[in-house]
Amino acid sequence: MSKHTASGEAEAVISLRKVTAELGSRPVLRGIDLTVGRGEVVALLGANGSGKSTAVRTVIGQVPVSGGEVEIFGTPRRRFRDWARVGYVPQRTTAAGGVPATISEVVTSGRLSRARFGLLRKADREAVARAIDLVGLADRAKDSVNALSGGQHQRVLIARALASEPELLIMDEPMAGVDLASQEVLAATLREQVTKGTSVLLVLHELGPLEPLIDRAVVLRDGCVLHDGPPPRAVGQHALPGHDHVHPHPADTEPVRTGLLT
Amino acid sequence: MEILEYAFMQRALLAAVLVGITAPAVGIYLVQRRQALMGDGIGHVAMTGVGLGFLLSTSPVWMATAVAIVGAVLMELIRWYGRTRGDIALAMLFYGGMAGGVMFINLAPGGSNANLQSYLFGSLSTVSEEDVTAICLLAAFVVLVTVGLRRQLFAVSQDEEFARVTGVPVRALNLLTAVTAAVTVTVAMRVVGLLLVSALMVVPVAAAQQLTRSFAATFAISVAIGVSVTIGGTTTSYYQDVPPGATIALHTIGVFIALTVLATPLARRRARAVAAAEAAGDPAECSVPAQPAGKR
Repeated sequence: MSKHTASGEAEAVISLRKVTAELGSRPVLRGIDLTVGRGEVVALLGANGSGKSTAVRTVIGQVPVSGGEVEIFGTPRRRFRDWARVGYVPQRTTAAGGVPATISEVVTSGRLSRARFGLLRKADREAVARAIDLVGLADRAKDSVNALSGGQHQRVLIARALASEPELLIMDEPMAGVDLASQEVLAATLREQVTKGTSVLLVLHELGPLEPLIDRAVVLRDGCVLHDGPPPRAVGQHALPGHDHVHPHPADTEPVRTGLLT
Repeated sequence: MEILEYAFMQRALLAAVLVGITAPAVGIYLVQRRQALMGDGIGHVAMTGVGLGFLLSTSPVWMATAVAIVGAVLMELIRWYGRTRGDIALAMLFYGGMAGGVMFINLAPGGSNANLQSYLFGSLSTVSEEDVTAICLLAAFVVLVTVGLRRQLFAVSQDEEFARVTGVPVRALNLLTAVTAAVTVTVAMRVVGLLLVSALMVVPVAAAQQLTRSFAATFAISVAIGVSVTIGGTTTSYYQDVPPGATIALHTIGVFIALTVLATPLARRRARAVAAAEAAGDPAECSVPAQPAGKR
């Protein structure tokens, strides 16, 4: 597509080296290393306050870094301008603003990184329609986002990230407050993206239905990397005392995960 | 239409139409980003500009525009940097602006608060040729920004954090919104008055929302409401000899109430349709297997 640096295909799409960050005067990241290789799906796990959201937010430039290096597609974060290659799903419970907007209108704002000066060509409109279709909301594209359920809001936010047809997806707790039906749709959507070669960095509270997709898990605790390797069975969130392992299993059907293994 | 025979009424009506278009056009973005009262704050700051205009014997409209822009940009900067005590800083800006206006106008030769009255609450007979020229130029700028950059402004107002990751120049657009809002306040100043400007920025949008599902429709309907209440209010004000600003503000609130009453059954029907669609489409959300969706 565009400016690849010398190292070529092997380069990491995200690379954090010895990154430190503070919120106010409180250190939140104390020198973390994190890489996401091309085509890799990496889950960032950890308890509340472990710094996982902050780590993601340093990547997209929402939180200033006080030390270390952040690179996206081999470019230092501060010089990175090619945002169309990145799809971002912020941690939200709603896609709505103070004025009604349709699903289509909200998802269109995700296409602005490709549509310069906000002029939408036919290809842009098609990409928006495709993104909405990917999350299974095609029949509701003209509905107001205010009329959606929590899970459907999350699907809209993901469609918005997919509208620019990104090579890298960064998602902050995409499964938070999502009902079972939407979790399945989201897992299927994500699987389709991964098959196409999209790299993914996900902040998750627990692995849940996405587990089969995840190549590697990085667990944070108190702003440090505790584990970096295969998805853990019972560390991080799960190992914490008092952690309730609650899955939204329907009472009389198979466990969710089995249905999602291809 | 004897109302159109008077030159001052022609000017007033032209100004009213432009205000009816521009105030909701900017207001919709302020409502979307949940800063509905920003227009009110800018109105207070603009008073200092009016006062300065009298004191320096320059055009109060242009002076108010300049001061309102400075005030709006300051508010935006306070929002960026001063997260702590930002509300206190804003309060000082508002009341400092109002106090400055009263002070300057009293210092002006032959000035008294009576001169300020028409700027605070609007006045039809005092819209001069010079004002109309200024209002036309400023309104053209506002329409150009709010319509031309609608997709970018929508993205920034809907989700600022996300907009930044699409590479949209968020800071520049926020400043542009602030400047545009300031300009709109001074456009509306002569007709509606500084203290009632905000009503015309916010209430038509709130009224339109009762009927709409999309941003585009909300934009169109709130501008339509804006134009009809400013024309209606100006005409009523002429025939009944009542102050135009108050008449227009009351008309707008009347429209809001009427649409809310009309829209309630509509909203209920929509909610029922959504609930029905969800029950039929997503049986997995219930732990009990859903009944086959039959007659509904």
